[in-house]
Formats: sequence, C-alpha cells, structure tokens
Amino acid sequence: MKIKYLLILAVATMLMASCNSKSDHKTGDLSGSIAIDGSSTVYPVTEAVAEEFRAEFPDVKITIGISGTGGGFKKFARGETDISNASRPIREEEIQLCKDNGISYIGLEVAYDGMAVVVNPRNTWLTEITVADLKKIWEPSAQDKIKRWNQIRPEWPDEEIHLFGPGTASGTYDYFTEAIVGKSGSSRGDFTASEDDNVLVQGIKNDKYALGFFGLAYYEENHESLKLVAVNSGSGPVLPSKETVLSGEYKPLSRSIYIYVNEKAVSRPEVVGFVDFYLSNVKALAGEVGYIPLQDSTYESVKQRFADFVKLHGAQDGQK
Amino acid sequence: MTNSGRNRLIDRAFSVWGVVSTFIGIALLLMFIGIILYDGLGRINWAFFTSLPSRFPEKAGIYTSMVGTLWIVVLTLILSLPLGISAAIYLEEYAKKGRFSNILEINISNLAGVPSIIYGLLGLQIFSRTMGLGGNLLAGAFTLALLVLPIIIVATREAIRAVPGSIKDASYALGATKWQTIWLQVLPGASGGIMTGVILALSRAVGEAAPLIVVGALAYVPFVPASPMDQYSVLPIQIFNWISRPQAGFSTNAAAGILILLAITLAMNLVAVYYRSRYQRKSN
Repeated sequence: MKIKYLLILAVATMLMASCNSKSDHKTGDLSGSIAIDGSSTVYPVTEAVAEEFRAEFPDVKITIGISGTGGGFKKFARGETDISNASRPIREEEIQLCKDNGISYIGLEVAYDGMAVVVNPRNTWLTEITVADLKKIWEPSAQDKIKRWNQIRPEWPDEEIHLFGPGTASGTYDYFTEAIVGKSGSSRGDFTASEDDNVLVQGIKNDKYALGFFGLAYYEENHESLKLVAVNSGSGPVLPSKETVLSGEYKPLSRSIYIYVNEKAVSRPEVVGFVDFYLSNVKALAGEVGYIPLQDSTYESVKQRFADFVKLHGAQDGQK
Repeated sequence: MTNSGRNRLIDRAFSVWGVVSTFIGIALLLMFIGIILYDGLGRINWAFFTSLPSRFPEKAGIYTSMVGTLWIVVLTLILSLPLGISAAIYLEEYAKKGRFSNILEINISNLAGVPSIIYGLLGLQIFSRTMGLGGNLLAGAFTLALLVLPIIIVATREAIRAVPGSIKDASYALGATKWQTIWLQVLPGASGGIMTGVILALSRAVGEAAPLIVVGALAYVPFVPASPMDQYSVLPIQIFNWISRPQAGFSTNAAAGILILLAITLAMNLVAVYYRSRYQRKSN
C-alpha cells in the first residue's frame, strides 16, 4: 500500500507543479492573500470579481468560503477573515461581538438582489398578491390554520396551498420574514424548506397549488416552467425586474447585498486593490451572475466612502 | 385450502417480496447512476480536470478541489491509520476484559454512528480554535481522522479476532514474545481485513462536506495547497456549491463532479474488494 500513497503524493505534486507554470504572464504588482467568507447568496458576485482580479493580479491568493452571512460574521468578528460577504446588514449582536474583539470595519453595498414570489404556470387565479395577503399566508399564526387557497381570498380555489421557501438559516429567509411578517426569522414552520433554491424550483414546477419565494436569478433561469407573481405593496402590482428593483418600485422584496471589510486589512495594499477593483467592476459582473447592479451614483458614493475609510485607517501608519 | 398449501403460498409470496425488495434498491441506484451519467458524462474532458473555479460553468473545473480531496484523504490516512490500529491492538490483545473495557467498546461503536456535523463542531473548537490551526488542511484532516477512527478500530478488531487462536498459540510455543506474536503473526494475518476497513472508512471521508465546511474548507480556492497548512476546497463542497447555483450549466458541472467522486469511491472500494479476496484466498 505504501507505494500507492507515494504514487498519489507524486501525482499531486506533479499537478501542483503544472499549475505553477500557468501564472507567468501579466504579473501585477500586488501579492499576498485575502480571506473572504460569508453568504452563499453573495458568493457568485465575489467569485466573479475574484476571478477577474486574478487575471490581473495572479500573485494575490483569494479564498472564498460559504459559511452563510451569520457564520461569516462570526469568523469576521474573530479577525479570521479580511472581508465578509453578507446578504443583510450586520446585526446588533454581531456589531457587539466585533466591538468586544476590537474589530472595526466598513460595510459596502455592492448590488441588489430581488426576491421573486412564484407559482406554478397552471395557476390561473394568482397574478398579483398584496403584502398583507403574503403576511396572512406566512406569519407564525397561520400555521395549521391557513391551509387552503380560499382561506386567503374566498374567490381562490378550495384546494390545499403548498408553501416553499428557503431554509431558516439563509439570509433570504431572514429578509423575507422581516419584509413581510415584520420580524426577521419569524414565520410559520409548516412549509417545505430547502437551502438549495433549485429544490424549491422543482417543487413549484410540479405542483399546481404551490406558492414560494426565492432569489430572482432562480426564476430567470427557470422562467418557462414558473409563473412570476406581481407584488402589491399599496401602490399597485409590480413585477420584479432589473428596472423595478433599481427604481425602488418593487418593494419590499428587494434588498442590497454587502461586503464588510476589516479595518486592519485595509493597511494591506492587496486588500485595498481588491476592494477598489470590486467596486469598479461589480456593475458589469453582478449582472452576469443574475444580480442587479446599483445606480452609478450609488457606486460613486460607496467608492468615496471606502476611499475615506482607507485614508483614515490605511497604510500610512502601518508601513513596513 | 389445506394448511400445507397455504404455507406454501406464504412461502412463495415472501420469496417474491424478497426479490422485489432487493431489486428496488438496485433499480433506484441504477436509475440514479443513469441520470447522472446522462447529465454529466458529456461534460467530462481534460479541461474539467485542470480548470480553476469560474463564474462561467463551461470554463469551471475541479482542479483545486480534486487536489484538495487527495490531500485530505492522504493526511487523514496518515493520522488515523497508526492510531486506529494501535487502539484496536490494545483493546483486543492487552486490555483486561471488564467493565472499563466494556464501556470503552460500547462508546467506540456508538461513535461510529455519530452524525458527521458533530465531528465538525468538535473539530472547530479543538483543532481550529484551541490548537490554533484555523481553517487549513491539517484541521480538516484531524477532524476527518476523528470521524473515521471508530470505523477503523471496529474493523481492525474484527480482523484481529478472525486470526485463528492456534497460530498465536504456535507462536508462543516457539518462544515468541507477545509483541513478536502481534507484529509477526497477528497483524500480517489480519492485514486484509484491516485494509478493507481502512479503505471503506476513507471512502466515507472522501464524500464528507458538512464537517469540512465547519472547520474551514472553502468554496473558491484558485490555487492548489502546497503544504498541510494551506487553505483548501474538496470535491463534495464544489459539487454542493454548483448544484445550488441558478444557472443550468452548473448542474451539469455538478453531475460531472459527482461522476468523478463516484469513480474515486468506486476505485477505493475495488481496492478493498481486491484485498479482501486475496486475504481470503491466503487463509484458505
């Protein structure tokens, strides 16, 4: 057996060596490593930026984890990561944790994420829904009570309603419950929950009496087998789209996604370089992976805030 | 109907039920493999093995996560093999039979059934935080070593027990010490069974994602780890990451990744089968 392990090691080393020869041309002037962790919702955006950044600065080793927004902030508050991906703003207890550990940071908006309310295409009665009706369906007291469509509106069919939503550990669930029910993390428990939005897509695709919500990108990839529901928050029904999310008409189910940058990391030029690169390129890249870029003016002000932050905490006193 | 006629009918019905039960399992497995092959086989090409993670499904590959998996398996093996075999030798050959060894035995068997995420949380506290390893390969390998240790111990003990007592007696009769008997007779005799157990334990470790995410395995690692102190990703995490993405191209990638993972575990199991049959031939 020993020979076999040696063989495996040898193969592994060979693979490694063949990789090193790849990173030769176009070497940028930055090096070092950047540790990123956090939301799996923000992951595709940060991954896209890191991929492009690597093409210009191959000597900067960027790693990205998917511990979730909450898990990411836990690591961030211990100083284990330089940047944290977050699909919601940092919470009070997380702010306190950072303070206790002497971690200062800046939160930067990077894109919008719209949430889609969807039903099966064979659903003929639902083309728009009010926030009040959504609340009636999803609030904790609806558990075991609101079980049929006609309990919400008498004109809807006398059939069981089947609910689908992201798992309770996800930022998407937190945001939806906060926007609809009024309290983050509070909803009925008797719905089909999955951390994998594709499972929700499959469920709704095959069930005429289903209703669910998830990230807009998942609707767009499956638009021929799902039906989008317009959301009415008082000023008429609005379908989520790039335009309605950007203009703020589609509410309350659109949110910002963020990156949080550790103050100490900002004294390292590769981190500053990466965040600058992020803010300058995320507009194009966010769209590619299914998110909605912010307004140009917002990017300008976010960039300005970051530049001020770097000026305040940056390299001048931490020079080697 | 006579009594014996009824009994014969029940007999017949039960054997049919047995056949159906057997084939349901196999049919589902074949269906699963068929679907995965259909979805993923066309995606596997050389570039898939040599590409870094990417936002474009057709450009993304498993290079770094596969090397990460190899690293993890080798490190886990190095850590768990000596410990597991030594513990089994102690329990089987040295430990006095009594209440203490009974409790130990029950606990080890129970540990083999603990959900892997629990090992992840334990590893996070002990290896990543207390020992200060952070999220590197070593922390992951230590955690998986804990996970497979009970399996290795149980398998090794069974293999040692299967060595005929007459061989040991003969060895003692020739004047060999206990250590010489264990080293020269018991272990070689049990090696086939031990190898089988170790490989099956490792093929469980290969498929683990949950405990590794907890102890710091990452999703995007655009370089291969050069030492046990480096950051890493593994195949199951890469697959999990792809399968939860909205774009259809990523689920094709996930299917291809599953095929590679299946091939790795299948290869490991074949090695185990080979050792078991060689061992059986030898002992006959």
